[in-house]
This record gives sequence, structure tokens and C-alpha cells, in this order.
Amino acid sequence: MASSQSILFDQPGPRGKRLINTLNLIALVLVALVVIAVLMRLHNPPDGENQLDWQLWKPALESEAWTDFYLPGLWMTLKATTVAVIGSVIFGLIFGIGRLLPNIIIRLVAGAIVEFCRAVPVLLMMIFFWRWFAFVGIESASYWAVVVGLVLYNGSVVAELVRSGVGNLPNGQHEASMALGLTRTQSLIYIEVPQAITAMLPAAVTQLVVVLKDTALGSIIMYTDLLQESRRLGSMYFNILQTLVVAAIVYFFACWLLSRLAEWLPSYLAKRTAAPIDTDAVAPIAAGDASNINQIAVAREVENRPFGGVPRQYHVHHRGSNASIQHWRRTRYEQGYDEWHPRDPHNRNVIRMLSQKPVRSQDDKQIDDTTMNPPVGDPKVD
Amino acid sequence: MSSIHELLTQYDVLGAFAVNIELTVFAGLLATVLGIILVIMRISPISSLRAVAGGYVELFKNMPLTIIMVFMVLGVYAQLKLSFSDNFDVNFFWLAVTGLGLYTAAFVCEALRSGINTVPLGQAEAARALGLGFTQTARQIILPQAFRGSVAPLGNTLIALLKNSTVAAAASVATETSSLMSEMIEFHADAIVTIFLIFAIGYVILIIPIGMITTYLSNKLAVRR
Repeated sequence: MASSQSILFDQPGPRGKRLINTLNLIALVLVALVVIAVLMRLHNPPDGENQLDWQLWKPALESEAWTDFYLPGLWMTLKATTVAVIGSVIFGLIFGIGRLLPNIIIRLVAGAIVEFCRAVPVLLMMIFFWRWFAFVGIESASYWAVVVGLVLYNGSVVAELVRSGVGNLPNGQHEASMALGLTRTQSLIYIEVPQAITAMLPAAVTQLVVVLKDTALGSIIMYTDLLQESRRLGSMYFNILQTLVVAAIVYFFACWLLSRLAEWLPSYLAKRTAAPIDTDAVAPIAAGDASNINQIAVAREVENRPFGGVPRQYHVHHRGSNASIQHWRRTRYEQGYDEWHPRDPHNRNVIRMLSQKPVRSQDDKQIDDTTMNPPVGDPKVD
Repeated sequence: MSSIHELLTQYDVLGAFAVNIELTVFAGLLATVLGIILVIMRISPISSLRAVAGGYVELFKNMPLTIIMVFMVLGVYAQLKLSFSDNFDVNFFWLAVTGLGLYTAAFVCEALRSGINTVPLGQAEAARALGLGFTQTARQIILPQAFRGSVAPLGNTLIALLKNSTVAAAASVATETSSLMSEMIEFHADAIVTIFLIFAIGYVILIIPIGMITTYLSNKLAVRR
């Protein structure tokens, strides 16, 4: 944090400090004015009642509101979240591994399903399943619609995380398991995926926040979650604004706790895997998604790794752009990380390009063979 | 086959998608402007501005979009009497745009900040060594490179915004896709899978080109270092 603040400006001197203090004061006054304006508006809206009136806030805050509305609603929200998380992990593992298996038919089918589920808005899936389940006659159709909709979307995100986690593992892991005589599938399931899971956990926890937030979509299909309950309470006393504020604070607090967990997790997990752990992981969102590996990680690559481990190996066009996700297999091949084609002449060119520190142009290929560093060295020795 | 044709002639599916695209465009513009202001506040030397922008981003990142949309209609409109127009449809449309824009601005800010983090330290140091101040460094050196570095996360944000525009149903925008799909299923329960596939494939068709253009642009615009 501190470093990102100080790169753009010098440490202020006495005059700069005075200027900053003055500007701080002005900004504080402006913020205070905005807050006062909002409060005034709440106090005295045009042809409406005083929204700060205790008569409106009391029914939104008293203990009956909590026991009869908020807490049952929160319970429903957490129930759907938990079931959806468990479901999406299972879905994600199955389809993530499916996309990596040697069998091309399984790969294609898994790929098509994952890409479809990532591109369709969750709300559309929820509405579809809600109507469908009600049509078929399943009890509590809206609950299952919420769960299935969330599982399909977040499960496909987890599947992509598994895939990119395996793609980011150092090649030695795969090579070692080949040397031990495991098959490709065995190496995938026993060696690579378990480490990829550890590497993807922070991103998966970030995704947990998304699941929790998206359960609120359930209120549109009449699922009695926290949002729906607070709307019911609000329509009883005509204080929906107040009950929504309370619900929003509860949602914010729950999501905020999960976000803190996601921030703390990487430091704990870094020692348990050979794969790089993204501290600011952004889960891939949709088909054709361009940033699987977050750019923040690139900027932070020179920061020390507290628990040691293998240095991260970056793709060539990883510098400045992350547009490599859907081609990571090909990128590995082109850049000489591909264990299946180690002797490819094109490969050697690329390794040479990598060993030259500033990768500027194609001219770098002219360098003589003898200057070659050991292949697959760390391309980012800065 | 005939049922698909019937459904498409009976209901204005393309019009519904157009509403979603309009929502996306207007909310996207609002979010871009707000997001740029927020990110400048977030990297500025003035600590109170940093705190305000940080608080805004944290608040909206941890808040369900649905509750924001419901709040826009039931709180801001129904209780605070804030409205954009006397026409109900127009009013709800702009309320939804505001909600979407406020929510997405936080993510635009995060995308731009991750773009700023891709600019090497040396650039800012060199700028300072040349005697440029904060505004000059930010405007002439850092932000142009940061924009080029944040094409990919911005594209992601746009895709998410397009998908999120269906949540406008919670803000009573009745003409957009999720509301129309709900209505169509209600009257044609026998063709439920067909109806879902029409809308789902519509979104796939919209989203895949955005992803491809983003990937192309982020490769093309990337600052080669």
C-alpha cells in the first residue's frame, strides 16, 4: 500500500505538507457538505415524510424485526450460499479436470458447458430454473433455482480457476510425475490439480463474496432471503428505505468479512504449493475473457516471497498484457515451456528470446547459440 | 421450428436486448467518468480524498447489486421522491442506469488501479526526476500507460456490466430481457427450454465478440517493456 502511494509523488516538504493540509481541509468540508445535503434531503424530502423520524427507524431496528425478519432471511441467504458453494466446487472440479483430460471429446464437451454457463447472466438461469422447477412440481422451487443458478455460474468460474491453476504450475511438477511413470491423467489428478487447488483458493474465496452477493438475486424470484424479508418488513410499516439500509449493512458486513479472509489467505497458503498464488485474484468472468492472471501480480513480481519457493515464470506477453488465458497451452508451447515438444526448433528461438533480458524485437533471435542461458530460466531476472 | 418463429414475431426479443444494451452503454459511460475520478482521488497525495474513494470502492464492492437496484426504486424514488421523469418507464430506466453506474464505477476504479500497478516504478521516478509534479506525472506519464494496461480488466468489467444489466428487472424496468423471458415463459410454459435458449444464445453472441475484441486490443495496446 505504502509503496503504491509514494511512487507518484515525492515525500512532501513543509510547503507541500501545508498545501496538502489545506486541500485536506477543503475536501473534508466538501464531504461534510455532501453528507449534510443528503441528511437534509432525508429530513425533508419534497412532499414526503421525514425519513430520519424515529417512528420509521424503530420498526426497522427493534428486536422483533431481527427475530422475525432479518435473521430468518439471513439464514436463508447463508443456507443458499453454503449449498451453492459446495455445489460449485464439485461442479468446478469435475469440469475443470474435464477440460484438461487427454480425451478430446470430454475436453470439448466440458469446455462448451463451462463457456456457456459463464456467458449467460445468472438471473436468466435462475428465472428459467424457477419456472421449470415450479412446472415440474418440485417443492421450494425458488430455493433450488437460486442454488442451481449459482452452482452453474460459479462452478464454471471455479473450473476456469482449476484450469489456469494447473496452467501456472512450474513444469517440473509435470515432468517429475512423467519421470515417475505416471500417466497424463494420473499426473493431473494426483500431482497437478491438488497444487492448483491451493493456488486458486484465494481467488475462490473472492468468488465466495460473489456467491453471497448473488443470492440477493433470489429475491427477484420470490426467494425469502435477507433482501426479500427486509422488503416485506418495510412494506408493513412503509419504511422500506430504512429496512433496506439495515439489510445493506448486514450484507456489507458479511461480504467484508469474506474479503478480509481472501486477503489473509494467500500469505498462509504460499508455502503449500509450487504454483504462484494470486493475491489479488480476479476470477475469469466470461467466454473470451482476457485477464485470468491479474496484472497486479505482475507489478508485484519483484516483491519478496515470504516463504521462498520457485520464482514465478511469466509469459512473454504477460508483460503489460494478460491476454493469454485461452491460449495458455499454446503459449507454453510457443515459449518453450511445453514438455510435449521440447525439441521444437521454434522453441529454442523463444528460449533464446527469453534469455535476452529486454525482449524488444524479433532481431533478438539472431543471437548466437553459445550465448544461450540454461533453457527455461527465470525470464524475469530484474 | 415454427414455435420459435411464432415466439419471435409475438414478442420483441430484439427490442429487449436493445434495452439491455442501452442500459449497458449509459451505465458504462457514467461508470467510466466516475471511475476515473475515483482512481485519481485514490492515487492523489491528499489523504482525505484517498479515504473517500477507498471507502466508496469498498462499499460498492461488498454490496449486492440487487439491493442497490431495489433501493433506487423503493428508497430513492418511492420514499425520497427523487425522479428523472414523469413517465414511469423512462424514470425507472434512468434509475436503473444510475444504480448500475454507481455500482460499476467501483469496479472500473479497481480495473484502472490494477492498470496503474502495471506501470513500472521507474516511469514515475523518471518523471519526478524531470521535475514533474503530481498532476503532470499522472496525466502525461502514468495514466496513458495505465489505460493501455487496463484494457483487459476493463473489458471484463464491461462484460460483467452487460450481464448485470438484467438485474434492472429489480428496478422495475419491464422491457429488458429477464423480464421479457419471465413473461414469455408464463404464457408459453411448454416452450420453456426454447425460450431460455433464445435468450442465453443471445447473450453468448453479445459477449463472445466483446471478449475477443478485448483480447485483441489488450495485446495490441500493451506497452512492450
